[in-house]
Parts: sequence; C-alpha cells; structure tokens
Amino acid sequence: MTMHKLFSLTLTTLLATGLSTQAHALEYKSIQAEKSSLTFNYKQMGVAMDGKFKKFTAQLSFDPAKVAAAKATIDIELASIDTGSSDADQEVLGKAWFNTAAFPKAVFVSNQIKQTAPNQYQVTGKLTLKGQTKDISFPLKLTPQGAAGQFTGGFTLHRADFSIGEGMWSKFDVVANDIQVNFQLTALAGK
Amino acid sequence: MKTSYHPLSKTLHWAMALAIFGLLALGFVMSDMPLSPEKLQYFSWHKWAGVSVFFLVWIRLIWRVITPPPAYSNSMSRPLQMLAHGGHFLLYALMLVIPLSGWLMSSAKGVQTVWFGVWPLPDLLSRDKELGKLLEWIHGSLNWVLIALIVGHVGAALKHHFIDRDDILTRMLPHKNSPGNDHA
Repeated sequence: MTMHKLFSLTLTTLLATGLSTQAHALEYKSIQAEKSSLTFNYKQMGVAMDGKFKKFTAQLSFDPAKVAAAKATIDIELASIDTGSSDADQEVLGKAWFNTAAFPKAVFVSNQIKQTAPNQYQVTGKLTLKGQTKDISFPLKLTPQGAAGQFTGGFTLHRADFSIGEGMWSKFDVVANDIQVNFQLTALAGK
Repeated sequence: MKTSYHPLSKTLHWAMALAIFGLLALGFVMSDMPLSPEKLQYFSWHKWAGVSVFFLVWIRLIWRVITPPPAYSNSMSRPLQMLAHGGHFLLYALMLVIPLSGWLMSSAKGVQTVWFGVWPLPDLLSRDKELGKLLEWIHGSLNWVLIALIVGHVGAALKHHFIDRDDILTRMLPHKNSPGNDHA
C-alpha cells in the first residue's frame, strides 16, 4: 500500500466517522464467552432474586464508525438457565414456562442501532421467545477496553408478553411480571 | 409467694406455642410439596413467622428477667428441678437457634429473608449450594430435637397435673391466680 493510498483511506475513515472520537475504524466481532454474561433479576414474594443463562452465542458486527450498519444476533440456550435452585431450574423448562422441548432457544435480532451519545446507543430489534416474536428496544453502552469492547445493556421483559409462567404461575403475586434482563458482552475488535 | 406466671408471660408462652406448632406443621408440609406458587408462598410465610418468633423470644427473655417465673414446688426433688431448668434452657436456646439456622439457610440458598415482604434481613452468608444443603439439614435436625423437647415439656406438665397433682401446669393457665382472683 502506498503512502498516498494509506492517506486517502485514513481521510475517508475520518470523514466517515464525522471526526468523532473514533479516530480509527474498529469492528467488534468475536464475542469472548468467558467475559460475557446474561443475567436476570425479578421479585418473588417481595424478595429480589437473580439468575443467569450459562450458554448463549452472539454474532456481532459493530463498527462504532458505521453504527447504521451494525448488527447483532443473540441465541440463548434456555436450558442453560441457573436460577440458583435445581427445583426451579427443572420447573422453568416445562410447558408452563419456557417449554424448551418445543422452543429450546430465545433469539434476539437487531433491526436498528442508533447512536445517542458518545459510546451510547439505542438498539431496537425482535426478540423471539416461546414461539412469539416482539419488538424490544433498549439502551446499549460501549466501553472500549484496549483491543476489546464491552457492551452492556438491559431491558425489562414482561414475562406475560411471552406466556412465560402460565396456568398456576400466571398471577404476579408470587413471581412478578417484570423480569429485568441484563447483558454484558465482551467482543474483540477485528478487521 | 408468687404462685402463678404474670399474665403477659402466659400470653407470650401460649402465643409462641401456637406459632411454633404452626411453624412446625407448615415447615413439614411445604418441604414435601412440589414446586408451585403455594409452596413459595408457604416458604415466605414460614420465614416471616420464624423471624417473628425469633424477635418474640428476645422480648420473652427480657420479660422473664423483669418478672422471674414462680419457684418450683418444694415437692420436686433437686435433680428434677435441675432437669426442668435445663429443659427450659434448651427450649429457649432452640427457639433462637432454629430461626437463625433458617435465616442462614435462606441466605446460603440465595433467597433473602424479607420480613413480611417489606423488611429485608441482611444476608449473613453469601450464596453457596453445599452450605445451603448443610444448613437445611441442621435446621431440620434441630427441629426434631425441638419436637423431642416439646414432647418432654408437655409430658412433664401433664405428669405434674395428673400424677403429682401440683400446680405446675395450672400456674401457666389463663385464669389461675390472676390478680383479684386469688381464691379461684
């Protein structure tokens, strides 16, 4: 690559970023599973409870310089749930809850990612859970950490919207309707 | 000489007897239930009642210091008095240690105790499944010791009443020797 070409490429990049803080284009792509987590919080009889999903995969292409083209897909293996109690882990696999025999995965696919402030974004997309697909929207924060980027965000899921907890569980007096879902994804930047 | 318990002491004794029977029954029933909203409700109620008993025991102990119980009857031999005293000591100890073990078990199992769903008790232990199982075993075992002690306690009271024919049982009953009713 000649000096001239390199210069013009750099210039193009600068123009593309609108002279933002991102002086060079990075594309966050490969998720580091060991540095990523997907957790949830809810209330049960007034008690704050939490849990996590141990297995999920994410496909990400996120160039902070080209946010409009950024995309994310997250596949969550519902059977990998850890509620803290083995009884509950078993229970939620059943028909009243996730019905993992019929719907083993939850899938989120982004439609649009918009920048709202430096390193702050608003993501809209579709969440498919237990055979139902709904639009969701949530704020996303990017924390660059050297060669990696840490994406954090969360949203409140109303379990009744996806028929999570049917029949005897459908009232909210014991298990609340609001489930706060939080994620932290660490992705390495690549070209 | 004082021959009967103070009315508040009696109230506390019988209120706690009722609460403890309820807690024991609920504890056994809920442990064997399959997971359901009712089970989670029963666990919460059991924990709320257990915390209440824990606080009531302290009130009772303070009240016991302020208004000491009537002396044992002279007809009781010294060793028997010691035995009765030791039994009461153990009953009080278990009424404190059992709720404490339940509280610790809840913390270890990751389900914080929130009294009446409003006042959270601090988690003294962090979540640890193995420790949770151990505390569950301790909580259950201590309750079997409590049941044995209650059987002894009730048996002794009945023996005093029907065999020794003394006033050990009646002095804990509602109307015996209440003020103004000394000749009843």
